[in-house]
Amino acid sequence: MNVDKNPVIFIILAAITILVGTLITTFIPLFAGITAVSTENIRPYTALELEGRDIYIREGCNNCHTQTVRPLPFETARYGSYSELEDSAIDRPHLWGSKRTGPDLARVGTKYPAQWHYMHMKSPQSMYKRSNMPPYPWLGDRKLDTRYTAKKMKVLDYPFPGKDAKDLDGKTEMDALVSYLMRLGKEVKGTP
Amino acid sequence: MPVDTTYDYRAVKGFALSSLFWAVVGLLVGILISLQLVYPQLNFGPWLSYGRLRPIHTNALIYGFTVPAAFSIFFFLVQRLGRTTLAFPGTARVLLWVFNAAIALAALSLFAGMSQSKEYSELEWPFDIGVVVLWVVFAIIIIGTIVRRKEEQMYVSLWYILATIVGVAIVYIGNNLAVPVSLFKSYSVYAGANDANVQWWFGHNAVAFVFTTIPLAVFYYILPKSTNAPLYSHRLSIIGFWSLIFAYLWTGAHHLIYTPLPDWIQTVAIAFSIFLIAPSWASVINGYGTMKGEWGQMRSNYLVKFIILGITFYGLQTLQGPSQAIRAFSALIHYTDWVPGHVHMGTMGWVTMTLSAGFYYIFPKIYNTELYSIKLANLHFWLVLVGQLIYSVTMWITGIAQGAMWQATNADGSLKYSNFFETLTPNFPFWNMRTLGGIIFLSGFIVFVYNIIQTVRKAPAAARA
Repeated sequence: MNVDKNPVIFIILAAITILVGTLITTFIPLFAGITAVSTENIRPYTALELEGRDIYIREGCNNCHTQTVRPLPFETARYGSYSELEDSAIDRPHLWGSKRTGPDLARVGTKYPAQWHYMHMKSPQSMYKRSNMPPYPWLGDRKLDTRYTAKKMKVLDYPFPGKDAKDLDGKTEMDALVSYLMRLGKEVKGTP
Repeated sequence: MPVDTTYDYRAVKGFALSSLFWAVVGLLVGILISLQLVYPQLNFGPWLSYGRLRPIHTNALIYGFTVPAAFSIFFFLVQRLGRTTLAFPGTARVLLWVFNAAIALAALSLFAGMSQSKEYSELEWPFDIGVVVLWVVFAIIIIGTIVRRKEEQMYVSLWYILATIVGVAIVYIGNNLAVPVSLFKSYSVYAGANDANVQWWFGHNAVAFVFTTIPLAVFYYILPKSTNAPLYSHRLSIIGFWSLIFAYLWTGAHHLIYTPLPDWIQTVAIAFSIFLIAPSWASVINGYGTMKGEWGQMRSNYLVKFIILGITFYGLQTLQGPSQAIRAFSALIHYTDWVPGHVHMGTMGWVTMTLSAGFYYIFPKIYNTELYSIKLANLHFWLVLVGQLIYSVTMWITGIAQGAMWQATNADGSLKYSNFFETLTPNFPFWNMRTLGGIIFLSGFIVFVYNIIQTVRKAPAAARA
């Protein structure tokens, strides 16, 4: 056997070894539709919500906040009903996160009025003295950049332009982000 | 001593120095974000806010420190182990300049908030294409050198080098497939649970092929070389290698325990995570076995200290990791500070200790001189060891405490700490301790860099070119 004498044969064998687990745990479930769900009941993102989501990504909110509630009693008591495949089925990318420096946000849209988020995003410390969240005052001063909105909606296959196209007029980045946060937990039709 | 002209060390030198530079940058950002977690007033506007800086910390230390360290040490190893000179040496030097320019631009893009949001894969699509091109060039130089070697047998280190090349290519491309909407914005081709599954298949195998196979390649070379003792078991290294690269790819979903991802994928990941103890410990046992009758060198040989403590932290890391995959334990510690505690034992203990040993070994050889100061090397060792232990232990304590507070319920089933702040603020003293640990670690690293710079300075002029 020349495996450890021929680097090309070695690389091919290594690649095959690596691809076995790759295919079985990741790509076969994807292509076989094992992780697929009906998107019939999912409310697509509005243009404003999508722009808000992109600001959430830009500012790296997912470094401190998860968006997946575990099916554990202490978890649903704190955050609301546990996350299911539908909740993130149309999300590209997913924003489940891996660390909760702050609380989970999967259901945050059902918890506070929009005005609360405006005040909190501007200065978390004015509402909770010992909060360690960075303040985001500049979001309220910046006009939302809508140059790519139509293209984004098209790439993601969300309906546009709909009646929400003019919702974007004169909006700030803060408006978009709050609109996104207010959506969280209400993705699936029929939920509050 | 005559300058060794049969080997080409120019790219080896450049990548080594680049690696040390970006390491210091990444560690400084680490200290800043650690402070920001307790003192939010240290978030200075958008470019210097925590959410943008944290990816700069992780990316700088993965792609700015570890990857060029691998380029450097691997360019050294393939020449030595093949008893031949580097293939395409001119291309290797071009690669060096393009690489540094790319890292600088990548850092700027993250400051500006251009992010795909996927952990350790934040860089937007133009950079992804750049990374793939750089990697292919790197692969061609390595494979080209191996092909023209004069030593028939490929030693274990070369296997790990080849596995690094293939593994990184597969998981990096797989996770970064995206549809661009503008020059600096794209959307993943995967959605929801599939995107999460692909992301952590990548995330955990970035650990496999950057933080495991790279230091293992260095470990298997430096340990026998620095101790002058033969490797304990060649057979064990064969079994360990193939089972490691087979099993790692099945484990990504242990990052997704109790998420909507189908249960069987989680369970398979848990099972393979536990199996992974075996190939990981094959290397640990090979390390300890090689030391048989040589343990006295732990006192007399500073290189052995780095290498043996490194492999020991690898051993602890690969026991702690599988335990975290178990559902009951995951329920307690997932999403808490236990996890950064775990990660930093691996990166500050295993990866940095081992790569430092690699650099201590190659620098005197490539500059044709002796190390500037063994005393400083020992000081470096103790500072990074103490810094890392303070970091990890404090994070484990506060992580368990926070996890327990999240779980605590009253007799009627209501939450004992229903206000999230009650579970947040007790972390602060531990996070301050963590910052202290980080500062001690960084001081150790600066001693290391100083020692290396002084070594280069006293090198004969011909070797400094």
